[in-house]
Amino acid sequence: MEREGTFWLPPQSSTTAHEVDALFYFILVMSVIIQVGVTYYLVKFAWKYRRRSHADRPVDVHPSKWLEISWVVVPTLLVFVVFFWGFKAFVSAGIAPDNAYQIHVVGKKWLWEFEYPDGTTSVGDLYVPVGEPIELIMTSTDVLHSFYVPEFRVKHDAIPNRYTTIWFEVKEEGEYQVLCTEYCGTAHSEMYAKVHAVDRGTFNDWLRTGGGNDNLPLNQLGELLYTKQACNNCHSVDGSSGIGPSWQGLWQAARPGSDEGVADANYIRTSIVNPNAYIVEGYQGAMPAYPNLTDRELNGLVAYIRDINGAWTAADSAAANDSTVVPADTLDVPTPDGDAELAPAD
Amino acid sequence: MSTTTAAAPVRTQSAPAPKHPPGHEPVHNYLLEPGPSPDVRGLARVWPTVKAWVTTVDHKRIGVMYLFAVSFFFAVAGIAALLVRAELMNPGSDFLTADEYNRMFTLHGVMMVFLFIVPSIPGSLGNFVLPIMLGVKDVAFPKLNLASFYVFIAGASIAVYAILSGGIDTGWTFYTPYSDETNTAVLPMTMAVFVAGFASILTGINFIVTIHKMRAPGLTWNRLPLFIWALYAVSIVQVLATPVVGITMILLAMERLLNIGIFDPALGGDPVLFQHFFWFYSHPAVYIMILPAFGVISELMGTFSRQKVFGYRAIALSSVAIAMLGFLVWGHHMFVSGQSPLSSIVFSLITFLIGVPSGIKVLNWVWTMYRGSVWLTTPMLYALSFLFLFTIGGLTGIMVGTLAVDVHLHDTYFVVAHFHYVMMGGTVMAMIGGLFYWWPKMFGRMMSETWGRISAGVVFFGFNMTFFTQFILGSQGMPRRYFTYLPEYHDLHQVSTIGSWFLGLGLLLVLGNMIWSLFKGKPAPGNPWGAATLEWTHATSPPDHHNFHRTPLVTHGPYDYGVLFSGDGYSGDGAGGDGSGGDGSRGPAPIPNPELGAPQEMEKSIDLGLAQPKPSRD
Ligand code: HEM
Ligand SMILES: [Cu+2]
Repeated sequence: MEREGTFWLPPQSSTTAHEVDALFYFILVMSVIIQVGVTYYLVKFAWKYRRRSHADRPVDVHPSKWLEISWVVVPTLLVFVVFFWGFKAFVSAGIAPDNAYQIHVVGKKWLWEFEYPDGTTSVGDLYVPVGEPIELIMTSTDVLHSFYVPEFRVKHDAIPNRYTTIWFEVKEEGEYQVLCTEYCGTAHSEMYAKVHAVDRGTFNDWLRTGGGNDNLPLNQLGELLYTKQACNNCHSVDGSSGIGPSWQGLWQAARPGSDEGVADANYIRTSIVNPNAYIVEGYQGAMPAYPNLTDRELNGLVAYIRDINGAWTAADSAAANDSTVVPADTLDVPTPDGDAELAPAD
Repeated sequence: MSTTTAAAPVRTQSAPAPKHPPGHEPVHNYLLEPGPSPDVRGLARVWPTVKAWVTTVDHKRIGVMYLFAVSFFFAVAGIAALLVRAELMNPGSDFLTADEYNRMFTLHGVMMVFLFIVPSIPGSLGNFVLPIMLGVKDVAFPKLNLASFYVFIAGASIAVYAILSGGIDTGWTFYTPYSDETNTAVLPMTMAVFVAGFASILTGINFIVTIHKMRAPGLTWNRLPLFIWALYAVSIVQVLATPVVGITMILLAMERLLNIGIFDPALGGDPVLFQHFFWFYSHPAVYIMILPAFGVISELMGTFSRQKVFGYRAIALSSVAIAMLGFLVWGHHMFVSGQSPLSSIVFSLITFLIGVPSGIKVLNWVWTMYRGSVWLTTPMLYALSFLFLFTIGGLTGIMVGTLAVDVHLHDTYFVVAHFHYVMMGGTVMAMIGGLFYWWPKMFGRMMSETWGRISAGVVFFGFNMTFFTQFILGSQGMPRRYFTYLPEYHDLHQVSTIGSWFLGLGLLLVLGNMIWSLFKGKPAPGNPWGAATLEWTHATSPPDHHNFHRTPLVTHGPYDYGVLFSGDGYSGDGAGGDGSGGDGSRGPAPIPNPELGAPQEMEKSIDLGLAQPKPSRD
């Protein structure tokens, strides 16, 4: 897997990169020729006609029409060539093929979140199958960001309230750097992500396992799961009513009948693993159980609920970044009793 | 009168007022008026001078005050740049945090653009020489001129306030919605830009009226020096474009204060709209920054090549054409911003169409030397630096104007390098060259030629080391406005940072030279360079209070050396002070050209610097 760049440009890792590069080099060579020409005459004239004595007198020059016309016409023709070439490459690099695999990209301060057609999400790592056209549909949740992969020669702003798209097809398996190029505040220069270009089989496996979000702080993992596990179908986070109770105001809310009488970590965890252990007044026990969530994912959801209720502190983030996972056995999960699972406790 | 001038406090006692060749003393030296009586001491002695300066309506003094003001902001912004570069010496945090860094590069950008480069040449050199070049006493509205200076100072003070109250971290472009959200001093800074904009508009109006209405007899449009043409074109842009940025700043401020959804998507606004507004001003503003430099370079190339500027008419008219068409290309800053692809294509095309004439000017300037008599003085060295650097800036402009290529290069260091080659390699080189050129006229003292040449070399070297590396960084993918970076960019960042120290040193040499010359420089003759425009041929150095003893009569173009100095063995380069006068004929011969009027008539006011000391060659 040799990916050699050049002095001027990083390796060409997408199918459209060579076109951009060819044009880049064309302009570069043209520019060097012009620059050398200008410098040559600059130095030559400055030296040849330098004043040697006070008596030096300029010669009255009658400008040659042809010289003037030529240096108007030639550059004009050259830039037209460049324009049309750039135009062509812009169009082919701008319009995604119809069969492109679509992935949604959300830029946030300061991470990139990816959402795949099957609902899998990942943060900071974009997995794509190699050799297939990929279309990214991008937006942002806060300020402008710009999605840039130097090796693919693609870049586009991610704008709140609007979709923008780019596409690329990766030529070789490997990892590629994603950068943010629209200034977005404090951590703008660390808003990195990685593109992992893998073969179709690996990609499918990865999708199936839900793309483990191992490096994410817990609260962000929880936020991801909120949509990924479709919690958002029933629970709002803004207080609006839904099929289930909103998560706004949930943390430490009174929950008569539970161990502590309030919604704490244990209460939430139990409600996810065994939704019918407690039923909130006024709601049907309509929630499915989520027995497959890992401990880390459960902790993430708890963290997320704390976070949106303002109970997630900087210390928590720090701890979360150390990926200190609360061990499962410290949480006292009531064992669901068989009956309760079948018959809604109404 | 001459006794009072000699004792005026502007100069220290140890440095006597410059001695002028007999018959060439300024009658009312603008620098020294009014002279307090010699026996007054202390504050009472300084006060009248200070008061005379701060309430002056003399365009020359206003020009000098502008010069000090913009130099101050250039220095502050330059120090910020050196800090930014020093922080980038290594990835990670060296001595600034990410937030401090973001404020620092914003400070650098905002100050360089709004407080330095936009007012720089028009405010200082323009104010000083425009009326003299036109052969008149002052600009059309002298009081408005003073007012514009104070408006500028007011704007600048608000900017300083904004910086002192925590600074601002949006970058000089103030893009929404970031600028809607950040809790830094966006409000005062937008007000600063708004207020400073008025100074720009007022100066523009003043220049337009002056150029239209107040030219010396015989000074037709075809005989206007190219610097005047350039200032004319710039003034048009200033008057037409600046209100747009003013309005944009007001809208941004209103949005922050009142939460109206204009730009902020959270309120239903459109963030891309802001970019359209912003660049609708800021692209033409690029011409506000570079056109005056074109004017200066034309003067320098003409004077020091002793040759008609090649393609005079093309340069003059294309400046105006570029200024007008410059309003149609703003979208080339937005190829990846979410504007429609069709707009991008149209903007790219128009950009190329108006880019060509700027490029062609370079060729005209180079050909001006052809068969001339090229005098390689310090100002000329800066002019040659300009030609070299600006060509690189222009050619890389083709790169970033080309659709597909710009997608890769946009918002990387390639763009940073490109605009520094244009703004610093272009405008700042021209401004320094122009300062070396007009310094003797402004202050009546020569700068050191030797140190001037050394500084030109150091600046040229440091500049390329600092910014050429950034082209490579950028095309390799290094984004701009990055506080830290990936390890693969480390080496080039180090080279660039070390280059910035050479650049800083070179600029320091220029500053040192200026200060030195004010006290120790040789007195300047009226026309040390043997130039042919009115401020040299018809005014003393420094000029009299009212510029001219009598209104000049213009009978030839600004670079008609052939007509001016034909046939008498006169070299006119001011270097004949050793008495050899080139081919042996010497003496302050009145210009032997009947077209200029009878020699006797002009004797008093024409000063070609004939019997004058050599410009200091220490
Ligand atoms: C001592 C000479 C200078 C040095 C070392 C220097 C260096 C820099 C650096 C390192 C940046 C930050 C680039 C980034 O992170 O994107 C920058 C930005 C900038 N510079 Fe300079 N610069 C110098 C002179 C100038 C001059 C003379 C001007 C214009 C008159 C200028 C205008 C700007 C602007 C407009 C920006 C963009 C700021 C922003 O991104 O908001 N600079 N410069
Ligand atoms: Cu970003």
